[in-house]
Amino acid sequence: MPVGPPNLCRMNGAMSVASADDTTPGRADTLGGVPLDALMACPQCDALYEARMPKEGERAVCARCHTVLIAPKRKAGLKIIALTLAVIILVFSALFFPFLTIDAGGFGNKASILDSASSFQSGPMVFLSVAVAGMIIIIPLVRTLLILYVLVPVVLDRTPYAHARRAFRLTQELKPWAMAEIFAIGCAVALVKVADLAHIGFGPAFWMFAVLVIIVLVNDNYLCTWSVWKSLELDQQEA
Amino acid sequence: MTAREAGLVACRRCARVWPMGTERCGRCGSHLVSRDTASLGRVWALWFAGVICYIPANTNPMLITQTLLSSSSSTIVGGAVELLNHGAVGVAIIILIASVLIPVGKFLAIAYLAISVRRGSNVSARRRHHLYEVVEFIGRWSMIDVFVVAILSSLVQLSVVASIHPGSAALTFALSVIFTMLSAQAFDTRLFWDTKDQRNDTT
Repeated sequence: MPVGPPNLCRMNGAMSVASADDTTPGRADTLGGVPLDALMACPQCDALYEARMPKEGERAVCARCHTVLIAPKRKAGLKIIALTLAVIILVFSALFFPFLTIDAGGFGNKASILDSASSFQSGPMVFLSVAVAGMIIIIPLVRTLLILYVLVPVVLDRTPYAHARRAFRLTQELKPWAMAEIFAIGCAVALVKVADLAHIGFGPAFWMFAVLVIIVLVNDNYLCTWSVWKSLELDQQEA
Repeated sequence: MTAREAGLVACRRCARVWPMGTERCGRCGSHLVSRDTASLGRVWALWFAGVICYIPANTNPMLITQTLLSSSSSTIVGGAVELLNHGAVGVAIIILIASVLIPVGKFLAIAYLAISVRRGSNVSARRRHHLYEVVEFIGRWSMIDVFVVAILSSLVQLSVVASIHPGSAALTFALSVIFTMLSAQAFDTRLFWDTKDQRNDTT
């Protein structure tokens, strides 16, 4: 059984294989022997390790600060691409269908996600509309598209597209600002807040959005950033 | 042993190591610094911006509710108290945790961590690092109240019967959350792990 997605991590198999618990710090004298690209440092605490692919289902964890360093998953590349395509379809359909509906005393209203994002309209509040739209729609979508852009050539074993490394760095930088899942919990809170004021219904977009949130979370779980960087580096050397 | 002790500089983005003095990561293109001691200045600047925005976020109204008979505006805490009176204890607690407990806790935690890096601390590096991870993880969730306001003010537009409009606190609260997130991100967590003498011969 191959360790990790065969294409995504192909260089690492050749390098060395070890389990999570013996990621021992490299010693100074091995620095001369071990090439620098076979080493890695914990981004959080700077502990130095000899980078080795963990066994399937295991994770390489920093012995000092417990940050997860490498977490390969089987066929991650293909799974991520499939999920990413689903995300794109869902985002576009969730945008335009009604999201939540309300009626009280004979008056009714529907709101789509776009309506929610653009509800701050007076003066400086427009900034807030832009920020909300970005956090719940644009940033998750852009991240998804960029991940697709980076991973498709890697999985197909081709040279990465132009600027793939810059694109992947951007996905990492944007990660904390993608807040679709927080918006989803916000919906639940909003529903309870107006429950005694009016009757609330879910539009089709609500369910699409719920699925979307789950996919985005699962997707991030599959993505082993170290493996992706490794394969981008390899392709760069070949080119 | 750390990358620094081995005479290497590590990339915080992709974990690749390079000989000390390398300016840019050859793998991902990030700017490389072994210990970003200037980061504390950025942390404090963004921290102050966050605290300053948090004050009007609490004194100004978050939601303005207009019904047939009355118009009322409520602040963050006021809205939660109203929910408590209606018996929605669970939601009131969520709001209070996300909008009061988490932001205030974050301010205190970041300030403590920044001071501990400068002065040293008896608390172990692992525990401080753990505190930092908690701050980073839950910080984003404070945005929930802004999203609730966005949803309510787009949905509850029922002509004369009831309508909800966002108050100015929504903006300042969102800014406060954004500034504190940036403040936490500016932290160089590797500074926790250096002992005091190591830190003196750095930079």
